[in-house]
Amino acid sequence: MIHYFVGSFGHFLVILAFVSSIVASVSFFKASNNNSSWLRFGQYAFYLHAICIIGVLTVLFFIINRQYFEYHYAWNYSSKYLPIYYQISSFWNGQEGSFLLWMFWNVILGLVLLRTNKFWKPSVMTIMSFNQVFLTSMILGVIIFDLKLGSSPFLLLRDVIQDNIFKINPDFIPADGNGLNPLLQNYWMVIHPPTLFLGFASTVVPFAFAIAGIWRGKYKEWIRPALPWAQFSALVLGIGILMGAYWAYETLNFGGYWNWDPVENAIYVPWLTLVAGMHTMIAHKKSDSALKVSVILVVVTYILILYSTFLTRSGVLGETSVHSFTDLGLSGQLLIFLLVFIIGSTLLLVRKWKNLSGKKEEVSTYSREFWIFMGATVLCLMAFQVLVPTSIPVWNEILGIFGINSNLAPPADQIEFYSKFQLWFAIGLAILSGTGQFFWWKKADPEKLKKELRNPVIIALLVSSIIILFGRIKEIGFILLLTAAVYSIVANVKILLSLRKTNFRLSGGSVTHIGIAMMLIGILFSSGYSKIISKNNTGLLWSKEFPEEMNQNNLLLFQNEPRQMGEYSLLFRGMRKKIKKYGYVDANSLLPTDDPLKLIVSKDVAKGEAIVIKRGDTVSVINPENSYFEIKYSKENGKDFTLYPRIQVNELMGTLSSPDIKRTLTADLYTHISNLADPDQEPDWSETEEVKIKIGDTFFINDYVAKFIEMERINELPNVILGPEDVAVKAIIEIQGEYENYLAEPIYLIKDRMAGRIPETISEVASRITILNIHPQEDSFTFGVNTTQKDWIILEAVEKPWINILWLGTFFLVIGLSIAITRRYEEFSKMKSKNLE
Amino acid sequence: MRKSHIFGILVIAIAIAVIVSTAGDASSYVTFKEARVIADGGNKAKIHVVGTLKKNKKNEIIGIEESPDKLSFRFVMIDENSEEQVVLYANPIPQDFEKSEQVVVVGAYHEEAFVADKILLKCPSKYQEEEIKI
Repeated sequence: MIHYFVGSFGHFLVILAFVSSIVASVSFFKASNNNSSWLRFGQYAFYLHAICIIGVLTVLFFIINRQYFEYHYAWNYSSKYLPIYYQISSFWNGQEGSFLLWMFWNVILGLVLLRTNKFWKPSVMTIMSFNQVFLTSMILGVIIFDLKLGSSPFLLLRDVIQDNIFKINPDFIPADGNGLNPLLQNYWMVIHPPTLFLGFASTVVPFAFAIAGIWRGKYKEWIRPALPWAQFSALVLGIGILMGAYWAYETLNFGGYWNWDPVENAIYVPWLTLVAGMHTMIAHKKSDSALKVSVILVVVTYILILYSTFLTRSGVLGETSVHSFTDLGLSGQLLIFLLVFIIGSTLLLVRKWKNLSGKKEEVSTYSREFWIFMGATVLCLMAFQVLVPTSIPVWNEILGIFGINSNLAPPADQIEFYSKFQLWFAIGLAILSGTGQFFWWKKADPEKLKKELRNPVIIALLVSSIIILFGRIKEIGFILLLTAAVYSIVANVKILLSLRKTNFRLSGGSVTHIGIAMMLIGILFSSGYSKIISKNNTGLLWSKEFPEEMNQNNLLLFQNEPRQMGEYSLLFRGMRKKIKKYGYVDANSLLPTDDPLKLIVSKDVAKGEAIVIKRGDTVSVINPENSYFEIKYSKENGKDFTLYPRIQVNELMGTLSSPDIKRTLTADLYTHISNLADPDQEPDWSETEEVKIKIGDTFFINDYVAKFIEMERINELPNVILGPEDVAVKAIIEIQGEYENYLAEPIYLIKDRMAGRIPETISEVASRITILNIHPQEDSFTFGVNTTQKDWIILEAVEKPWINILWLGTFFLVIGLSIAITRRYEEFSKMKSKNLE
Repeated sequence: MRKSHIFGILVIAIAIAVIVSTAGDASSYVTFKEARVIADGGNKAKIHVVGTLKKNKKNEIIGIEESPDKLSFRFVMIDENSEEQVVLYANPIPQDFEKSEQVVVVGAYHEEAFVADKILLKCPSKYQEEEIKI
């Protein structure tokens, strides 16, 4: 039975949320002239809006959780066996759900702003509510005058997909859903999207304060309340980006944490401008300069957030990105959203531009503002350099409008292309962030500065020369980046030490800058010196047509055949499944049942000496789609370890290969499977080799020693009913493998006077054994043996030195920004309690 | 000239350098025919070609030839002008390669063969299912 009510109720809530956001916008707008009744009304409208949005989320979750597969959203992104934490993840598998997440955070931010502000309440909330109008319209799903407005998450499956089944039976409900994209089935994907969207959503707050400030004639005052929000936003967005990078590193197989994919860039660019804006705001607080720049950067950041939404959701990226959303026909609406905010804020800024002037005097080279301003410029150039090529599909579209057929594609080697600029900008940033911190006072005289800087420069040069020498760093760009980053750390540590004696609450900046410098060093080593250790070093190429400089980066491993790779000896031991309570279990000793989550063990499983699972036991598999490949790494010094790279086979979404990583203090060893023998394909068997033997005889199967132990009569066979006349026997043959022994039990049966043969395949020795004939007079038996290629995998192994410095740096970044937020928020609270804001 | 003017000119110069380098390094979507013209002109730039895998009448993919060590392979690709071209790739066959409905190769001609640096696959309705399986 189709559950109509929940969907209609959800849709009703969406419409109510849309209407209430319009009411809230208008009321708050009217309230900006100190009209307290409009303000109260606006607040109620916003509370109603908040209840509706949370209601919509609850209803959608209810539909997913109750497995109402008559709804397209539940059917398309969830399935019966999806655990509850991944049911939450299915929210951000689709566009509508991720819009909802964004709106949810906006609502929470709006409620916080309502609580924490007095003077700013009506004007800031006007912009917050107005923003919500556009976002809610994206999931509205109504048709006005033939115009489709938004795409509702509460559509019934039959309304989305034209399938013949609905003509026959309109009430048809599929038994199971498509399931969650396997890429999202990762714990990072439970926490990364909410974090990223909180970062996304929070960029509207400084924007709202800036616009409200200019609109209400508080040209400078908006900075105080906006600054802690800008810092919060920079922190959360930064964490979101890094979580995404970490997820990509752990789950995807491109061998790194950053791929310069348009979707990654689309968030990196506004983050850079936001960080730049945050710095100019700080500069303004000290000296009254940089007001215009701060306004522009805060406004540009939010517009870039909207632009990145447009890029990733309108389908314009097409094939240039691996993880943009499919087009829901929202591109027009998204474009209007973007244009309204661009045109609206530009008009406002142009009208009030002359009121925004600060001081006219030239900024001195020895002032703090000068250095902050330089840093902000470098950040903006970094953003610009990424924005221009990322927008290539947009340029093509724009040229297309003017009738020019443009076929520009992104640079062929994106990493090299972006790095060659970003590297030099990063050097600039490191130098500036090290030096800028010394200008606590407005103007330092050259003599004093020299004295301050002398020791950090000497220490930095000393330390970095040692690293360069021992690390054999030769590239000039890397040498400079390393030196600059080490200098930044030393200089900021010096400041930190001097602050320890005075006021630790001011240390946010230096701690953050230490974090950034560490991240730069971590990126420099882990990416710049990332080494493929599975390289083909024979120098032989299969085809002469390949250019000579072409390298083969992968290694072929046959099961149980060791191979040398650099200093390691590699041994592929076979395919494993991850079983609840017991961990990795050999896939060959597991048999399927009707329930995909339950498996029967066909062979005793031992861990060490003790047998932990007995033959015939039923065990639970954690995810039946996942297979793990046990690879033993042995080193001459005896430091062995085992890695389990993963392959996830999902019928609908294809195959996904995820690495396993051996982490040590100094480097990560990253291994992923590039390809493997298709388990569903019937192998090419060799011609049958016949052996005639007696019980107790020893013979060879595919060069392995085998012993014919005995012949047993059996009374039961799976899937075969034996009559009184029928006979079945099985042979027990023990094969001595490299690492363990295997039992082969081929069956011979006579049923209804016909001979039947059930061969047994032992994939570890790549052989199939059949009882061909029984010779009662001679007391002997003829076996047929077929052999094939052993199971194989192809893997790529990459070493990433000092990647831990990158992750450690991110912790410093988080701590530093948190200290800074606390300080700036206290400043704002003080002013508010004096009833000034 | 004031310091801020020099600074401004410097920023504009870098911005122009960024645009010029983007225009210079940007690749392009071309057909094999155009790619050959580019290569014959001595230009070693890597380009993008969009196409499909060659199939026989029974809709089976043909022309894939794997090296004995499975670490590299060649295949026949048909571009948007229906031109056939053998493409070489010094990496194992990507997973789901044969299921893809569209292939984008990034690479360049090396003498007669097209050598791909990167293969991008577009798999059928990866995130949006159009049919219901019962």
